[in-house]
This record gives sequence, C-alpha cells and structure tokens, in this order.
Amino acid sequence: MSDPIRLLGAPTSAVGGRAAVVQAARTPTGDVVGSSLTPLQDLSGTITPADLHFERHHAGVPAIDPAHHTLLIHGLVDRPMSFSVDDIKRFPRVTRVHFIECSGNGELAFRGGMFGAPNPGLTPQRVAGLTGNSEWTGVPLRVLLDEVGAKRVGTWLLAEGGDACLLARSIPIAKALDDALVVWAQNGEPIRPEQGFPLRLLLPGWEGSTNVKWLRRLELGTRPWMTRWETATYTDPLLDGTARQFAFEMDARSIITSPAHPETITPGWRQITGLAWTGRGKITRVEVSTDAGQTWTNARLQEPVLSKAHTRFMHMWDWDGRETILLSRATDETGYIQPTRAELIRIRGPGTLYHWNPIYGWKVAANGRVFFHGAT
Amino acid sequence: MKRVFAGAFSVAIMLVAACSRSDPARSEPSRRYGIGRVASDAEIAVRDVDVGPDGVGLPPGSGTVAQGGTVFTEKCASCHGANGEGKPPYPTLVGRDPAAENFVFGQNPNLKRTIGNYWPYATTVFDYVRRAMPQSAPGSLTNDELYAVTAYLLAANQVIPMDASLDARSLAAVRMPYVARFVPDTRRGGREVK
Repeated sequence: MSDPIRLLGAPTSAVGGRAAVVQAARTPTGDVVGSSLTPLQDLSGTITPADLHFERHHAGVPAIDPAHHTLLIHGLVDRPMSFSVDDIKRFPRVTRVHFIECSGNGELAFRGGMFGAPNPGLTPQRVAGLTGNSEWTGVPLRVLLDEVGAKRVGTWLLAEGGDACLLARSIPIAKALDDALVVWAQNGEPIRPEQGFPLRLLLPGWEGSTNVKWLRRLELGTRPWMTRWETATYTDPLLDGTARQFAFEMDARSIITSPAHPETITPGWRQITGLAWTGRGKITRVEVSTDAGQTWTNARLQEPVLSKAHTRFMHMWDWDGRETILLSRATDETGYIQPTRAELIRIRGPGTLYHWNPIYGWKVAANGRVFFHGAT
Repeated sequence: MKRVFAGAFSVAIMLVAACSRSDPARSEPSRRYGIGRVASDAEIAVRDVDVGPDGVGLPPGSGTVAQGGTVFTEKCASCHGANGEGKPPYPTLVGRDPAAENFVFGQNPNLKRTIGNYWPYATTVFDYVRRAMPQSAPGSLTNDELYAVTAYLLAANQVIPMDASLDARSLAAVRMPYVARFVPDTRRGGREVK
C-alpha cells in the first residue's frame, strides 16, 4: 500500500462507511422470525451503533410509509385520537440513553451448558448479544395520555405493533406514567426499520418485547389482554410448578467483552473491559476477578453512569502468563448482585429460559488463548 | 374468570415503582395541545382486533371442531404438521404427553409446551391466530374459520370435546387446565435472587 501522506485522499461522501478492515457485524440467520446479535466485543464506550443493535422480530421487518403511519390511542379515554408521525414530533420531546435487552438474552450460553459443557467457542456476541444501548428521542407517553384524556379507571395498556403478527403486549399504566416514551429517533437519526421505524414504544429497563416496534395502537383498559407473547412465551416456569408472568424488569447483568474469545493475549499489562446494566436504575459497582473468583476488585466505571443504560467498566490487569479465569459481577442501586449460574439454577430450576443473567467467565489458557467459561 | 387475575395483577400494578427524576417534560404542565385528530368509530373498529381473557372483543360467528380440522389441514398443517405436532422451527401446538402434565416445566427443559399443557387462556388462541396466522397470509381467516380452528386446537389438546362448537360465549367460558399456575412477577431487586 502506498504511503497515504504521499497520495491525495478520497473526496467527501454523502454517507460515511466503516474503515474497510472493520468487520463488526450482527449474526443474521436468514430467518424471518429470529434474532441477530449485537457484536459486543467490537464496541467501545456505551453506545451501540444503530446498524449493529440486535434484532428480534416475530414476523419480519415491515415496510412502513411514515406519511401514512398513525398511532391510534383509544379505549378508556375521553377522546380517542389518531396521531401522525409529524403530530407526535410536535409534542414536548425528551432524549435519553437506555438499553433494550431481549429477555431471552443468554439462551445459547445457558442451554448449551444444560446439554453438555458450556461451549468454549462462544464470543461475547453469542453469549449476551441480545442487548443494545442507544440515545432515544421521543415524547413521554404520559403526555399523549393527557392529550387523549386517559380515564383514571384505566390500569393496563395494550401496545400493538404494525408488523405482520400485530405483536401486542399488555403494559401496567404505572409504567406508562413513569418513564415510558414513544420514540422516533435513535442515536440522532430516524429509528431504523428493524428497530421500529417510524415509531417505537420505549419502556426503559423492561424486557425487549414490551418495547413494541412499529407502534400503531395503544388501548387503555382494566386488565391485561393475555396475548400470546405474555402467556405462551416470555413466561418463566419455576421449580414450584408455577410460571412467572409479566416479568418486566431486567435483572442486573455484566459481561467482560475483552479479553474474550476468540482473542489471544500476551503476558503483561492490559485492560479488562466490559458492559454492565440493570433494568432497576443505575449500576453501582462492577467487580472483576482475575483468579477464578478467589478475590474480587472494584472495576472503574465510565462516567456518567446512567439509569437503565449500559455502563462501561474497566480494570487494568498484569497477566503473569498462568492459566486463569476472568469473571465480572454487577451490583445495582437496589443492592441486587448478579448471581452465579449455579445459584440461578438452584433457585429457578433448569427449565426456565428468560431473564437468565448469570456471571460469565473467560478462561485464559497458558498459551494466551481465551475461551468462554459458563460454569460459574 | 375476571376474579382469577384481578387481585394478583392489581398488586403487580402498585409495585411498579414510580421514581422521581429530573425530566424536562415533567416540568411541562399537564395540558391538551390540540395536536392530532379525533378517531372515528369506524377507524377504531378496523384496528381494534384484540380479544381479552374475558371474551371481550370476540366477534360474531362460530365454528365446529370438524370444520376446524379442515381449516387446519388446508392452512396450518404445512408448517405445524398434520396433527399440530410441530416442524422445527415451527412450534408444536398439540400434545398432552403425560410426562409434561402437572406443569413440571421448571424441572425439565426438554418438555414440549403445547396449547393444552401450558397456555393459560383459550381466548389467546383466537387472538393470536387472528393477528398472525397463517404466516403467509395473516389476517385472511374469516371469523367462522377462526372459531373453527380454535375449536380444533382446543379439542386436539383435550380441552373441549371433539363434537364441540365455539362462538363468543362458549369460547370465553373455556377454562384452560393450568391457568392457576401463572403468577405475577415478585422480583423487586435487592439482595434476594428470585
């Protein structure tokens, strides 16, 4: 390659691209009903680029003409109303940074472990890539509820998307009046189609499927609707013969994103870094262990630590070249501490699936190769 | 049926914490801006497709198990199997494997969840099929076909008799075997892991 200081560079462009050597990508499967994971190991800081934010669809990505898209709000309201996308943008707006995490995040690392040893070839993306963190812009849902005159007897909202399955979730009114938003922008640009263009419900800290994409209808009622996505799926069978329903809040989780598989490292100083988040407010502490859990040290948290948002942690480590296991453990502002895999299985049983947030480990071999260690 | 969840879920509502925070929009007075337009009854009716567990929202119409079997064979079996046994990645719909009875799913991840051994509300079958099925032509079934295929799926799962017919009233009255097993989330953060 010729020396760039001896050759005139490229001209300006309409839309920038990544450097040719940057290979960050999601993991599409080709299925319409499926998911595609965020490459956590390729990210720095806390914001997930919109085109790398994980996808999870139940009937594919709809092609919606924003000029004809409307949000209908009806039910127990004084004035059932229809809002165009332009209407929504006229209301007082807020911009906030929040994560969205699918409650099925971690399934591969969990189930892979149930039917054999946890697969050491998993990357951070495969272990916990069903999460993304963005700056969202929109209108507080309670502003819209004021506009339609929501009646006080209304206790639940049905939120419905405009995709080919009309995905719908029942939402307690308390969340709608607290910090729920109807958003149209993600990281400074219109929400991308696979993230809900042109309108998306954002319920900070709540399981991903309640953040209804392609939002087209909100109905105020007095009880949950018991849609498929809150009965047949997104419910957690427990050891006592019950199934936990409406498990909205995401428990605290953390994962080291480097060093991680498939990296190979050399002895000496390096930074251990990763992400932590909780659906219940702020991360207050992330501990890192470089000796398989014998001792723990507080990692440094990237400021500002935001509520219900990815929090970057960092810890300098001088590797002596001996085999070891790296672990991270998050604590949130409620005092909740991320449990081990064994603890979760003991409490919830092996049959549960969603909201699976165990401590994750990375085994560093003496030759410097790094492998996933799920048996915490 | 309303009583089944009224108590449990009012507790869930109260426990959703309302936190105070610095918020520009919260400092705006609660007011009407006069933005948007009033929706007509007709346009609401077009979108208002939901069916509740109490049967609210169920349309006129009816269908028998036998009629539903024909609908299933023609419009569902290519993905879900001739008898609803499932064809990965398309889910199993029918099955009452004795090993999967008594709601032991928490103990065994290998058990197949079906409409009969897991789903808590029969109305959800109607609501979901109306929203999303068949995948190649969602929203294409008539109300009679929806009642019929719902009846077929409930009968094949041994929830209603094979000679049954369903309409709005009788579907709302169907009680699923394991509805009482569904409990609201009790996780609240703090030191205890649940």
